[in-house]
Amino acid sequence: MEKKIENLLEIQDLSVSFRMYGNGLEQTELQVISDLSLTVRPGEILAIAGSSGSGKSLLALAVLGLLPDNAAVSGRLYYKGEELTRAWQKQLRGTEIALVPQSIAYLDPLMRVGGQADGHLRPKMTGKRREIFDRLGLPKQTERLYPFQLSGGMARRVLVSTALLTGADLMIADEPTPGMGLKQALAALQMFRDYASEGKAVVLITHDIDLAVEFADRVAVFYAGTTVETARASDFKEGEEALRHPYSRALWNALPQNGFHPIEGFQPYAGNLPKGCLFAPRCPYKTEECTKTAPPVQKIRGGEVRCYYAS
Amino acid sequence: MMERGRVMKRILGRIAYRTLTYGAKVISLLLAVSVISFALVSASPVDPVQQYILRVGTAVSPEQREEIEDYWGVDKPPDERYMDWLSEILHGNLGESLVYRRPVADIIGERFLNSLALMFCAWLFSGVIGFSLGCVMGMYKDRWPDRILKKICYVLSCVPTFWLGLLFLLVFSVWLGWFPIGFSTPIGVTSGEVTIWQKMYHLILPAFTLCILSFVNIALHTRQKLVEVLNSEYVLFARARGERELTVLRRHGLRNILLPAVTLQFASFAELFGGSVMAENVFSYPGLGSAVSEAGLNADVPLLLGVTLFSALFVCVGNMTANVLYGIIDPQIREVGE
Repeated sequence: MEKKIENLLEIQDLSVSFRMYGNGLEQTELQVISDLSLTVRPGEILAIAGSSGSGKSLLALAVLGLLPDNAAVSGRLYYKGEELTRAWQKQLRGTEIALVPQSIAYLDPLMRVGGQADGHLRPKMTGKRREIFDRLGLPKQTERLYPFQLSGGMARRVLVSTALLTGADLMIADEPTPGMGLKQALAALQMFRDYASEGKAVVLITHDIDLAVEFADRVAVFYAGTTVETARASDFKEGEEALRHPYSRALWNALPQNGFHPIEGFQPYAGNLPKGCLFAPRCPYKTEECTKTAPPVQKIRGGEVRCYYAS
Repeated sequence: MMERGRVMKRILGRIAYRTLTYGAKVISLLLAVSVISFALVSASPVDPVQQYILRVGTAVSPEQREEIEDYWGVDKPPDERYMDWLSEILHGNLGESLVYRRPVADIIGERFLNSLALMFCAWLFSGVIGFSLGCVMGMYKDRWPDRILKKICYVLSCVPTFWLGLLFLLVFSVWLGWFPIGFSTPIGVTSGEVTIWQKMYHLILPAFTLCILSFVNIALHTRQKLVEVLNSEYVLFARARGERELTVLRRHGLRNILLPAVTLQFASFAELFGGSVMAENVFSYPGLGSAVSEAGLNADVPLLLGVTLFSALFVCVGNMTANVLYGIIDPQIREVGE
């Protein structure tokens, strides 16, 4: 069944840091994403799971080329096999790569929702947009409202509709479901599923692992600005042993249905990252080697993992 | 149709409500202004009787002097004089100007029309120029167009209006001869023969001088607001959807900076009025501003008090217009009552 699959998006060793000014002229670099590697294949939903502050949202901006001016980016991005340059990113935004941002603040407060969702491109796709609103359970009069009149769940559905409307090949959805009712969330995720089945791809950024596991094909686990493991969603269902990285296992064990076991310590802050493996300070299996150099990406049992001792 | 009618009715109702509440505030403010200005004039060494007699020019007998003192109520206590004055005003009598020997209300009406033309032009220029420059500066933040314009704005905001007026007169009227040296009409032409073009020609330079005063303020505020808007999350999302700079400005920028700009524009009435005193004096323009300084210099108490009250009312009308417009333009205020 294994066919040669072209990657829709490939991220290689992406690092993002912000130049910050401390006291006086002292300049510091805040590393927020470190040596991140990730591939997105056509037809799949890739979930990116991780706690807040692990750099998930910044990854979306980096792919779109929309990081602020004081961000320094290194590493390579490939889209459909070709290197993604700034000029190309600019062309792809909103046509081939669509973003679903995470909050109501991303809607213009003084613009009616309908016109805003239709977008700036001509001809207007009002008819198609109304259809999507309807499928997402947004009442007909929603289009006449201003963002401040929407509930959180409605706002998220409006944001989702903007991306579905574009028909982009790659959709990056940043926390699209919180605030929606279960029925609406399932409807939205089903629309993502349908979307992916047309040969497109959805990157689903979330901290809801259950949801990610249920709807995604693969799950990338984020920790302190890098991916520690990319596993099949089914591995998470199978249990702790199917996972490869100590952090993914800890995450699995911390889920309510698996006993709610937390681990010691906390995720390191940007600007205060440890040397070597970023997880080492909390890892029960760490050795000398882990604290010296970061482990490279290894392919193990159909997944990717960054750990010297994964098996 | 029904829907539209209801919305219109609600908007009109809100405007009426706002106008009424604001009207009550304006009346109490005017009362306060009248008390304070009357107290200040009473406390000043200005003697209206002496001024009146000086103006008559001929010798005045003691009986006549007594009559005049009686007319001015010099013997009465100040609070009684104030009440007399106030009741006259409420009956529509602002008194008679000492300098012009005509009712104050007539003078204000006539001078105000001249000033209104001047201030309206300056107001329009400053709004249009200020808003556009502010947009350019915001769009090019920290790049050379912004840096140059910002420096110009800072310099202009430090320059006093009367000095700028003198400079313009020197350069454009004396050296280049493009504009007249002063007045609102050509010299040696009867008022019936003055064309509207001649009036406008005389208006340009003073209006431009006056507009410099407030456009800097509007430009810098607009710039700041646009920078904020362009850094907002909704603009980030607009860019993520492929909107280019000009589209962002058109779809989101203008919409979101319009509200503060409108407020600022109408709040600038006060500045304009203050500036017009300077500009009208420099250009010998017969407006309300020059009437104020004449009244002040010649101790023309009735005219001074009348203009003070009128200018307070004028500034209030500006602020009220901004408030009412705000309720109409801003959907967050407009639709929150639903």
